[in-house]
Amino acid sequence: MSEIQFEIDGRQVKAVKGMTILGAARNEDIFIPTLCHHEELEPFGGCRLCIVELEVKGWTKLVVSCVYPVEKNIIVRTRSKKIDRIRKTIIELLMAHAPFAPDLMVLAKEYGADGDRYEKDPSFCIHCGLCVRYCDEVTGKNAVGFVDRGINKEISFIPEIAQKECDDCKKCFPLCPTSYLQAAFVLTKALAFAPSQPVLSEPESFKKKVTGE
Amino acid sequence: MDKDRIDGNIELNTDQVIDGNIELNTDQVIDRVIDRNIDQDIDQDIDQLIDRIIDNYHGQASALLQILLDIQSVNNWLPGKALARISEKLEVPLSRIQHIVTFYKAFSLVPKGRHKLHICVGTACHVRGATRILDTVEQATGIKSGETDLDLKFSLETVNCLGCCALGPVMEVDGKVHAKMSPIKTSKVLKTYG
Ligand code: SF4
Ligand code: FES
Ligand code: FES
Repeated sequence: MSEIQFEIDGRQVKAVKGMTILGAARNEDIFIPTLCHHEELEPFGGCRLCIVELEVKGWTKLVVSCVYPVEKNIIVRTRSKKIDRIRKTIIELLMAHAPFAPDLMVLAKEYGADGDRYEKDPSFCIHCGLCVRYCDEVTGKNAVGFVDRGINKEISFIPEIAQKECDDCKKCFPLCPTSYLQAAFVLTKALAFAPSQPVLSEPESFKKKVTGE
Repeated sequence: MDKDRIDGNIELNTDQVIDGNIELNTDQVIDRVIDRNIDQDIDQDIDQLIDRIIDNYHGQASALLQILLDIQSVNNWLPGKALARISEKLEVPLSRIQHIVTFYKAFSLVPKGRHKLHICVGTACHVRGATRILDTVEQATGIKSGETDLDLKFSLETVNCLGCCALGPVMEVDGKVHAKMSPIKTSKVLKTYG
């Protein structure tokens, strides 16, 4: 296996070909913030929070570390003025959707992000795709997926599958950074699951009143 | 040209689909599928249609998009049951199919009318009085943009420029362009699609 040497934050690190910058950094206990990354899942590159500065032959560029493969002799900076500013804006944009997500609040503190900077549009989902991808790649049940696109993109449970599978699984629940997933599930359950037994049972007292017994 | 093409999503070539791949007469199928009100028969027809189209592509999951487009163009819309059947036959998760059919505007998950009305409200047509044309159509059909009437006769859609501004205001019915429309002309054209 070919070993690749490069630099992260002034430290020489070694990685194996095919690794991502994020993966290599994690191996070395160098912290890069992420929202849509998950060890068990394919790289997704959805949140852009893991953005880092890359210097190759004197040229700097910005890359998304969770999908960018390591290269020989690159210089990676996980924090800089520019990166902090970008991360701050990303967090602020996400907070317009999910103002009270714990992960975002922690990040906001770190990067000095103002959750009120952008007009609130509480859709609560930040499209990290963790739930959708986990349900596809790990559990293989595909009970939840994305629908629509752009600003209208949403997650959506498929009631027929969710009714059969979710109650015994719910492995995606703790992954959601905003708890929107749980809310969406409860909503689907309430609105779209087929009733398992006759729902209306009249109380005895009511029956008595009607029949006059 | 229809809205989807203008949005740059997908080019639907109905003729080719119908002539080349499946020997089905659109009108017949649509009449058969839509004019019946017995649910079960419709289900069966659609199931058969889906099976035939899938067979045309040898049941390959990689042809999913094309299969969906074919069904859309013959049946005018994609019923939930149809999606479930496709998912089952191609062994593609329903969630993925759902994502695709909600992503592209070429697909409809609600019934569409037999005639598709596209009223151009692009800048050129707008200054030439597209609003009056739209009003006329809305009044004559009783539906607003994005809607379909109960008889499934018309679906109405507004588009932003059909690329023939000199002919404005433009109304397109089933791909046929009607140029230099006036409210009176519009009503006349609509009547021919009675
Ligand atoms: S519901 Fe939660 S886990 Fe799923 S995409 Fe939205 S934020 Fe991510
Ligand atoms: S963790 Fe890299 S884009 Fe989300
Ligand atoms: S604006 Fe109507 S065709 Fe261009």
